[in-house]
Amino acid sequence: MTTPAIVPNFGAEDTGRKLAIICSKGNLDMAYPGLILGNAALGEGIETHLFFTFWGFDMIIKSRMNDLQFSPAGNTAMHLPGTDAHIPQSVMPVPGMTAMATHMLKKQLEDLNIPEVPDFLEQIVAAGGHLWACRLSADMNKVEETDLRDDVEGIISASDFIEMTEGAQLLFI
Amino acid sequence: MPTIEIASKPVTVNDEGFMTVYDEWSEEIATVLAAQVEIELTPRHWEVIHFLREDFKKEGESSTSRHTQTVGGFPIKEQFELFPKKPAKKMSYIAGLPKPKGCV
Repeated sequence: MTTPAIVPNFGAEDTGRKLAIICSKGNLDMAYPGLILGNAALGEGIETHLFFTFWGFDMIIKSRMNDLQFSPAGNTAMHLPGTDAHIPQSVMPVPGMTAMATHMLKKQLEDLNIPEVPDFLEQIVAAGGHLWACRLSADMNKVEETDLRDDVEGIISASDFIEMTEGAQLLFI
Repeated sequence: MPTIEIASKPVTVNDEGFMTVYDEWSEEIATVLAAQVEIELTPRHWEVIHFLREDFKKEGESSTSRHTQTVGGFPIKEQFELFPKKPAKKMSYIAGLPKPKGCV
């Protein structure tokens, strides 16, 4: 016995859903949430804009984007992978800790086939995502358009961004 | 699991309409599935579909867009052109595979 055809709803009707993600952090671990969610949204056919501001600028500055780091200092939720064990906060500031933690995090991400940040941004752009840089952050960092990834569409003001994201769902990371 | 008829063959699908039995798939069925989501299959579509079928056999799970690019060699941009809007889901659907589980 058969039932009538069941066709998945792939959203043929355009709902006009739009997502804007503000990336304000430049630590390696905090770069990823925006990238993963932005990429997922694009894969669902949602118009997606990423706006880089403050420390998030390091994700799009050509000379820095390959060297984002992760520090476990001040992060009491960091455990040794697969265990509940903590490294005491008091030893976090020792020399080499940030390099070691960064290396470990990169290895974990690589094992899961998660791309590095620059590569991930390239994928997001290939999927139709839009990258924007914050005017104030550019001025503060003394950064020009030529210092940024070529696929950043522009350096825009906060009000430009608000105007551009009318009706969008917003995520601040 | 409901059974529906596609290209005059009984086909087992889940509640969303994704096929659940690998060997029930055929190219004829894929053509019908594609038409249902408004895609006309070109030789390039078939290359992607055959990669996905082979890859599923090896990996035991559906390929994500990322994996289809890095392992299959089909650029993300092209995936969006071939299977507009929701490439990963549409590719799996037409290839008779479950929705990809991976986040990236």
